[in-house]
Parts: sequence; C-alpha cells; structure tokens
Amino acid sequence: MRSRWSYVYFMFYLVLGFVLLFLNNDIDKAIITLMNIIIVLTPLIATIFGVMYYYNSREFTELLLAQPIKRSTIFMGQYLGIAISLTLSLALGLGIPFLLYGLSVSIAIFNFSLLLLVGAFLNFIFVALAYNIALSTENKIKGFGYAILMWLFLAVIYDGVFLISLVYFNDYPLDNFSLIATMFNPIDLSRILILLKLDISALLGYTGAVFQQFFGTNIGMISSIGVLSLWAILPVLIIIRKSNKKDF
Amino acid sequence: MIEINNLHKKFGKLTVLDGLDLEISKGGIFAVLGPNGSGKTTLLKCLLGMVIPNKGTISYNNENVLKKWEYRNNLNYLPQIANFPANLSVIELIKMVKNLRPKESNEQELIDLFDLNPFLNKKLGNLSGGTKQKVNLVLTFMFDSDLIILDEPTTGLDPIALIHLKELIEKEKAKGKTILITTHIMSFVDEMADEIVFLLDGKIYFKGSVEALKTQTNNTNLEHAIAHLISKQHA
Repeated sequence: MRSRWSYVYFMFYLVLGFVLLFLNNDIDKAIITLMNIIIVLTPLIATIFGVMYYYNSREFTELLLAQPIKRSTIFMGQYLGIAISLTLSLALGLGIPFLLYGLSVSIAIFNFSLLLLVGAFLNFIFVALAYNIALSTENKIKGFGYAILMWLFLAVIYDGVFLISLVYFNDYPLDNFSLIATMFNPIDLSRILILLKLDISALLGYTGAVFQQFFGTNIGMISSIGVLSLWAILPVLIIIRKSNKKDF
Repeated sequence: MIEINNLHKKFGKLTVLDGLDLEISKGGIFAVLGPNGSGKTTLLKCLLGMVIPNKGTISYNNENVLKKWEYRNNLNYLPQIANFPANLSVIELIKMVKNLRPKESNEQELIDLFDLNPFLNKKLGNLSGGTKQKVNLVLTFMFDSDLIILDEPTTGLDPIALIHLKELIEKEKAKGKTILITTHIMSFVDEMADEIVFLLDGKIYFKGSVEALKTQTNNTNLEHAIAHLISKQHA
C-alpha cells in the first residue's frame, strides 16, 4: 500500500504510546486509556481506510481484472494489504514505546498483547465490513456514508439500545441476554474481553459477575476469541462471494 | 476460436444483451459496431470475465471461459477509458503488469514507437489523455497473445500515433492473430476491418464483410451503410 496515511497512523500510535506512558507512569493505567482509544478509534480508521482504498483503487482493480489473475486473489490481496498494514501500524506504533518503557520485564505484557490482539481483530473485522459495503455500493459518497453509519451503530448506538433495553426489561433476568447481545457486537466483545482481563470487573456489578464467570475463564476467553474470528471470517467469505458476482 | 451462445445480460431493468450468438474464427480483424449503448463494451467485458452474464455460454479455443481466469493469459485487452492509478509512474505500471504475466514482452520497442521515453518517469495522473492512451496501447500490445481486444483504440490519438497503431494492428494480423475492435470511426473500419459484427438491441444484427454490407444496403459509403442499418431498424 503506497500510502503515507499508514505512516501517519503509525506515528499517531507512536506518539500516543509515549505520551500515555510518560504522563501516567503506570503501565496498567496506560493500557486502560489505550483500550478506550483503540476500541473506538481502530474500527473507525479501519472502516475509513477500507472504503477509501476500495474506491481509490477501482481503476487499478479493473486493470487487474483483465489480467490472468483469479478474482478472489485480487480482492483478498487488497483486503489483506490494508488489514495487515493497519495492524502493523498499530502494533509497531504502540509496541515501540511500551518496549522502551520496559514492558517486557513487567507482568503487564500479557494484558498488552491481548490489547494488540484485540486491536488486530478489530482491524481485520472492520476492513472486511467496510469492503463489503464498498463492494455493494457503486456510489462513493453513499458508500462512505453507510460505512460511517455502520461504525457509529456498532460503536455508539448499539450500546445505547443495549442499555435502554437493560433498563426497560429490568424485571427480567438479563444475564444471558446481555451475554448474547455482547457477542453480536465486535466492539463490545473486545471491550469486555479486555476489561475483564484487567480485573476491574468489580466495577460492572452483578452482571459483571456473570461476565466474569464466563469471560474470565479460559473457556470464555477462547470462545470470545472464536466469536471474534467468526466476525472476521464471515465478512471475508462474503467479500469473495460478492466479488465473484460483481460486474465491472 | 470464440463461440458465444445465447448470451443474456441485464443491468437492473436495462437489457443490454438479449440472446446473442456469435462465432469468431481465428485470424483477421473483426469490427464490432453498433449505436451508443448497444452493448459492444458489455459483450467484450463478458468475454473478458469482467461482466458476468445472466445466461449463456462463451468459449475460447473450445474451452468454457465463464468463471475461469487462466485463459486471460492468452488475450490482450485495451480498455475504453484509460484509468490508471494516478500515483504510479509509467515505467512502474509497465513493470507491474509485466510481473503479473509470465510471458515475454517487447515493451521497449513499443515505447520507442509511440515516443514515450520522455514520459517514463512521470506520474500517470499528470499525463494527457492521448499519452495515457499510448501507455494503454503499450500495455496491450507488449504481450504476444492469440486474441487482441481493442475497445475504442483511436480515442485521443494524434495522426502519427494513429498511423503507428494501424501498422501495429496490420502486423499482428499478419502473424495470424484475431483482433476485435470497437470504434465509431468508420474510415478506420473501412480501412482495417475484414469483417463487421453489427450489434443492435442486444443481438447480432449483421455479420459479414464490409463489401457484403455495402451491397446489402446499396451504399458505397460505409458510414452511410451503417447509418442505413440503424435507421432501418428504427423505421
């Protein structure tokens, strides 16, 4: 990807990492702050990059389509190109300051790598979702609009609806409902996964205890990572299917 | 060499190809003509696998091409509008396309022919329309393939480049290649084409030599003969 924006993105994380570490002087706190930023920002940037890249490279894609290359190879190449470069920006940008700070000797390394893993998942998921939107929307402006809406929905509106429904159905047992509802939103899922690993689940009250019971164990951990993988794999399969049917 | 059977393509409600049958034998220059929006480009893109037909079969060298990609190694395509990634230089683009195809290429000869040497390190976004078209031609002709598909090859070319293009096409024809051309320049067709394929309403309306078309329509001028074909349909 010949894009200076991935360098800008890398620099952003680099600066963010340094600033947070040296202002906070506490790795755990820095990780929590970072989590709040990553959970919201990574999906946004991945969405915008995915949509932008697709529309910008349309001409090139057409050039490639007339060459002896398989369609799925072209689109998978583009998808992986964006997702990997964004993930590299994230991992290097945050990894360097944390390593310099002496992360490798602290016990926070596990939490930090979980944070990076979740960030990587979010990148792959949201680039794939954005690519799907771009593939099915011919109009650039509309495509951008839909992609931003999708991000807004998953990052903000979903939580709102979720919260309202919790308040509204307060009289019913909601543990399983909230557990399942969380699974349907990759952003929420990532957030809770990290929060619980950081052992601040006491903040979450009774439902938190249920979550702790589920996510805190290895089974919960594995299954939530499994769900995240599903979130990443399904849209990619849809990309392949869609691109095989699309006219250029 | 190419066999198309019962090809249907709709874009939404618009029917572009409506049960088209076409057979193209090996060797020679075939001009695909028709009024604007008659489906010439769609037909070519179906053949290339860029547009996926709703119904019908296409075979190239007796092999079905739908959903395949290997066959494209044996054809060259010149797209109608040369849209290239703006941030690449000409030479980078040529190298990239060369990388994609495991074939011999003679790009230097073509670069010299079209006088593109001064532009090699310029970004594609900064080139004029005609120069882009020349780059497009280089990319198309630099590989040795049995089938060459040219969609509006004359667009934006200056007279010298046009002469070179004609020579180039003649040379390829002499090597026994099949060349499909769409164009609206009738003098070009008159001069170059061996056979005319005339598309109307998503079907082949006429297929035959230039002479046959002229005698059929009682017109010695090809431009008028074509106009006659179109107006007869609408009358």
